[in-house]
Amino acid sequence: MPKLTIDGKEVEVPPGATVLQACEAAGVEVPRFCYHERLSIAGNCRMCLVEMEKAPKPIASCAMPAGDGMVIKTDTPTVRKARRGVMEFLLINHPLDCPICDQGGECDLQDQAMAYGFDRGRYEENKRAVKDKNLGPLVKTFMNRCIHCTRCIRFATEVAGVEELGATGRGEHMEVGTYVEKALSSELSGNIVDLCPVGALTSKPYAFVSRPWELAKTESIDVLDAVGAAIRVDARGGEVLRVLPRLNDAVNDEWLADKSRYAYDGLKRQRLDRPYVRRDGRLQPASWPEAFEVVAKRLLGTTPERIGVIAGDQVDAEAVLALRDLMRGLGVQSLDCRQDGAKIGGPRVSYLFNTTIAGIDQADVCLIIGSDPRWEAPLLNARLRKRYLARNFTVGLIGPERDLTYRHQHLGNDPSVLLAIADGHHPFADLLKAAKAPMLILGMGALRRPDGAALLGAARRIAEATNMVRDGWNGFNVLNTAAGRVGALDLGFLPGQGGRDTAGILAGAGDGSLDVVWLQDADEIDASRLGNAFVIYQGHHGDRAANRADVILPGAAYTEKDATYVNLEGRVQRTKQAVFPPGEAREDWKILRALSQVMGRPLPFDSLAQLRTALAAANPVFGAVGVVQPAPWASFGTLDPVDLMPFGRAIENYYQTCAISRASVTMAKCTDLHIHGREIDDTMERTGSYG
Amino acid sequence: MLKDSDRIFTNLYGYHDWRLAGAQARGDWDGTAAILAKGREWIIDEMKASGLRGRGGAGFSTGMKWSFMPKQSDRPHYLVVNADEGEPGTCKDRDIMRHDPHKLVEGCLIASFAIGARACYIYIRGEFYNEASNLQGAIDEAYAVGLIGKNACGSGWDFDLYLHRGAGAYICGEETALIESLEGRKGQPRLKPPFPAQAGLYGCPTTVNNVETIAVAPTILRRGAGWFAGLGRDKNTGTKIFCISGHVNNPCNVEEEMGIPLKDLIEKHAGGVRGGWDNLLAVIPGGSSVPVLPREICDTVLMDFDSLRAVRSGLGTAGIIVMDKSTDIVKAIARLSKFYKHESCGQCTPCREGTGWMWRVMERLVVGKAEIEEIDMLEDVTRQVEGHTICALGDAAAWPVQGLIRHFRPELERRIHAYKGRGGTSLPMAAE
Repeated sequence: MPKLTIDGKEVEVPPGATVLQACEAAGVEVPRFCYHERLSIAGNCRMCLVEMEKAPKPIASCAMPAGDGMVIKTDTPTVRKARRGVMEFLLINHPLDCPICDQGGECDLQDQAMAYGFDRGRYEENKRAVKDKNLGPLVKTFMNRCIHCTRCIRFATEVAGVEELGATGRGEHMEVGTYVEKALSSELSGNIVDLCPVGALTSKPYAFVSRPWELAKTESIDVLDAVGAAIRVDARGGEVLRVLPRLNDAVNDEWLADKSRYAYDGLKRQRLDRPYVRRDGRLQPASWPEAFEVVAKRLLGTTPERIGVIAGDQVDAEAVLALRDLMRGLGVQSLDCRQDGAKIGGPRVSYLFNTTIAGIDQADVCLIIGSDPRWEAPLLNARLRKRYLARNFTVGLIGPERDLTYRHQHLGNDPSVLLAIADGHHPFADLLKAAKAPMLILGMGALRRPDGAALLGAARRIAEATNMVRDGWNGFNVLNTAAGRVGALDLGFLPGQGGRDTAGILAGAGDGSLDVVWLQDADEIDASRLGNAFVIYQGHHGDRAANRADVILPGAAYTEKDATYVNLEGRVQRTKQAVFPPGEAREDWKILRALSQVMGRPLPFDSLAQLRTALAAANPVFGAVGVVQPAPWASFGTLDPVDLMPFGRAIENYYQTCAISRASVTMAKCTDLHIHGREIDDTMERTGSYG
Repeated sequence: MLKDSDRIFTNLYGYHDWRLAGAQARGDWDGTAAILAKGREWIIDEMKASGLRGRGGAGFSTGMKWSFMPKQSDRPHYLVVNADEGEPGTCKDRDIMRHDPHKLVEGCLIASFAIGARACYIYIRGEFYNEASNLQGAIDEAYAVGLIGKNACGSGWDFDLYLHRGAGAYICGEETALIESLEGRKGQPRLKPPFPAQAGLYGCPTTVNNVETIAVAPTILRRGAGWFAGLGRDKNTGTKIFCISGHVNNPCNVEEEMGIPLKDLIEKHAGGVRGGWDNLLAVIPGGSSVPVLPREICDTVLMDFDSLRAVRSGLGTAGIIVMDKSTDIVKAIARLSKFYKHESCGQCTPCREGTGWMWRVMERLVVGKAEIEEIDMLEDVTRQVEGHTICALGDAAAWPVQGLIRHFRPELERRIHAYKGRGGTSLPMAAE
C-alpha cells in the first residue's frame, strides 16, 4: 500500500492506483478532461498536471502510478500556471458558442474555465474550423468544439467493442471521426454523448430542446430490456425530455443502451389517454365508469373457464399482483405472463440470471445458448466484453453466428451441440469442467421453442455435469428479455389448475372456447388470432393489441408510475414517477383496484404501501429492494427429446421491441439505418449555417 | 583534431566498399564472438566505463540504459534501433547506413546480446530508400555467412534482425511513438512511465537506441572503454559525427572529438563561414530543436553536451546549421515553427494548440505585424508548452523561439517599429 503526501496530507492508496486517485482519496479535486475511471488512460489533455517533489517538470497525475513516499503538491504557482496554460490552449480553438451549445450548464470545459480560464483571450489568429460528422440518428456532432480528449474513441474501442471511431490527421489537423463517414454500429453509442466533456458530441433528438437547469430529475429504472439499468428521467412540464444513466456498479456501471436512452420520444406518441369502448364495431371514447361497467358485466357474466389473461413484457409487479388476485378471485385459471411462450416458470433458480451481472467478472468460461446478448441485453454484453478484455475468458456460442464484440467460438447452431456438451461428448464440456467459474447463458431463442422445456433440461444437465453450481457460485443463467417477466413469475402469474397458457388462450379465443381475453399491456402476441373473443386491453400505447380491443383501459408507462420491477438477476428495483400519465390514464394497479370495486369484489389494498406489503407477503423477495437473493438449486426442465432444428433469434430488431420503442421516431430512424440499411438523409434537419 | 587512427567511421564518405568484404577489411566483425563470450555484464560495464552518451539527442548514458533492462524475464526482450533520422539539419545516420551499414548490423547483435534480446528492429525513415537498400543488403550478407541468425557468429546466441520502413513522420523518431508505429498504430508518443525498458514493443522490455550509438558500440568494445573515454572531455567522451550545413563553404559530415570548439569545427572541416567568420550571424548547434546561438557565443563554445547546455542550448543531434548575415533569422525560426506545427502529432493539448499559435505569431513577427507586448506573450506561450507535454516535441518547438527572443529581441522590435512606421501596411509577399 503506497503512502503519499498530498498537499501535506498523508494518504494511503491501494497498489496500482494513480496519483490522481490518490489526490481524490485525499479529498483534493484535480481537474481533468481526458481521464475517465472506466476507460484506459490517455494522459493527453494535460489538465491534471501536479507537482511532484524531485521531478523537474509537472507530471500528469492521471497517468502517474502512485509510489510510496511521493510528495505531491496540487496547488502551487507552477501547477496553477500549467493548468491555466492548458485551459488557454483548449480555449483558443474552442468556439465561444456556449449560448447555443447543448452542453451548456453541464460542460466540463465551462466549469473548469471558471476556475482556470482568463477573462480575455490573447489569441488573435483565426480559430480552427472542423467539418461536422454524421454519426447517425443518435449522436449529433459539432466538431469545432472537440478538445481531442479521445474519450469517445476509447469508449468505442474498449467498452462498446466497435473500432469505428478514431483520430485522423496530425497536430492541429487531428480530427475525431469514423474514418469513412458512417453511423456508429454499436448499441451503446449514446454513451459517448455523456462521456464528451464538451459539446462536440450531443444527443441528436435532444438538440436545442432544453437546458439542464430547467429539468426535473427523477431517479428511476429502465424497463426496455430486462437488465434494469439505473436511469435518471429528465422532464420538463409533463414531458420526458431525456433519459440518462445513473451509476450502478452492480448492473450498468454508468452506461445505458441506446434503446433505453433514446426511445423516450415514444412515450409521447400513440398514447391511450382515455378509456374506449367498442360500440357499433368502432372504438369510441368512454368515461371510466362506462368502461368499468362494460368490463365488470362481461367478467361477471362469463364462467371463469372461458376467460384468459395475458400479462405483457413491461407490466410492473404491483399490476401483476392486482390482476392476479382479481382474476383468481373470479376463479380464472388461464393466466400467463409469457407472451412469447417461453418454457420457464419452474423454481426461481430456473429463470434467473443467477451469476448476477457483476458476477460475470469472476467467470472464466461461458457458454451462450440460443441467445444474442448484444441485442437482448447490450449492457450485459458489455460486461461480458469487459470480462473478455480482462483476459483468460473463453466464450462458446450455440445459436446464430453473431459479432458479439468479443472473440468467441461458434460451436454450431442446433441443439445437437448442446446435447453433446450435456453428454460430455464435446470438447467444450471439458473446458467447462476444467473451469474455475463456468457459466452458461440460456436465451429466449432456445426457451421459447416448443421444445424449450427439454432444452432447459439439457442446460440443467450441463450445469450439473460441469459443477456449475457450487458453494458461492451459480453459473446457470437465463437471459430474460422482458422487464416484467421475472416479477410476474415471482408472483406466479402462470396457468393454474387446468388453465391455459398463452398459446392455449390464443387457440381458445380463436376456436370460440374462450369468450373473454384480458390483455395487460400485451402487444407481442398475434392479436388477429383472438377470434370473436371479447378483448379487454389495459395498457399505455395504442399499439398492436389495442386495435383489436373491445374495451381499452388506459394505463401508465414506466416513467409515469412508482412501480416495482425485478430484473433478470432477480433484483427488485423501483421506478419513480417522473411525469403524470396523459389525459385520463391512470396507474395500472389503481385501475384494477377501481374495477374490483365496481365488480363488488374489492381488492384488499387502498394505497401503494398496502399493495407493497401485499407484494412482500405474496413473495418475500419483494421485501428487499435493490439486492439479489440467491435462489436455491432445484430440478427443472424435462428430458424430452429435442427437435434438431436450428435456433432462431429472440429479437429481430433491437430498436423496436415494445410498444414504446415502436412509437419512437428515433428508434424508427435507427431501424431504417441499422436494420434495413437505408441511409438517412438528414439534410432537412440542417439549418442555414450549413450553406 | 581527431587522429585518423581514432576514427570509428572509416567509410563515412563512401569512398570504399560498404559491403561485407570491405567492412571486414576495415575491422568490422572482428572477434565479435569473443566480445559476446565475455558476457552481458562485461559489455554493459564496458559501455558504462566508456562514458558513451546516446547520440540521438538526449545524451543519456548508453551503458546505463542497457542496464535498465530486466536481468530475468519471462517475456521476450527487444532492441529497437531508431533510424528515423528526421531532425532538420541532421544527416549522420543516413551516411552510416549508406556507407558503413555493417557497423550498425554488428552493433545490433552486440547490443541485443547485452540486453538479452533475440530480435532487433531497425525502424528506418521511409524517405531513406538507398539507405534502406544498402542496410538490407548488409543484413542479408550477415545472415548469409552466419554472422546473425541462428548461432550468430558461432556465439551460440540466436539473433534476428528486421528492417522496418517508416512512412515519414517526424514524431515517429520519438522512441515511444516509434514503438507505436512499429506495432502498426498511429505514431503517437506513449505516456512514461512505464518506460520502454519495462513495457515497450508489444508490452515487452525494449531498449531504443540511435543508429550512431549502436554503430559505435562494437568499436568501443574492441578498442576498449579506456580508449573511448580518453577522447573528448570529462562526461562528454569519445567521438561524434557532426553535420555541418548552411552558410559554410564546404557543408559536410565529419567525425570529430567531443568538445571541439565550434569555431574550429566550422573553420577546419567546413571551409569556414561564407564570407568569413565575421560574416556569421548565428548557429543552431544541435539540430532544429535547440535554441539558436548568436556569434558571440559561437566564438568560444565547445561542442559537447554540457558546454552547450551551459549556454542554454544543446548538442542535440549535432546538426550544426550555420547562418551568415544574409539570413532573415526571424523567418528562419518561423520556418522551424511551421515544421513543428506540421509535425505535432496532435495528441496532447499544449503541443497541438501551442505549435500552431507560435507559428502564426512568428509569421506575423517576420513582417513586424505585431505589438511589442506580443513578444512577451509569445515567450509566455512557449513556456506554457515547454515541459507540459507527453513527449519532447513540445519542448523542441518552444526552444528555437525562446532562443530567438533571447538573442534577437532587438531585431524583432525593430521590425515591429518599422512596420508601424510604414503605416501598418503589410509587406508584399513577405510571409503569406
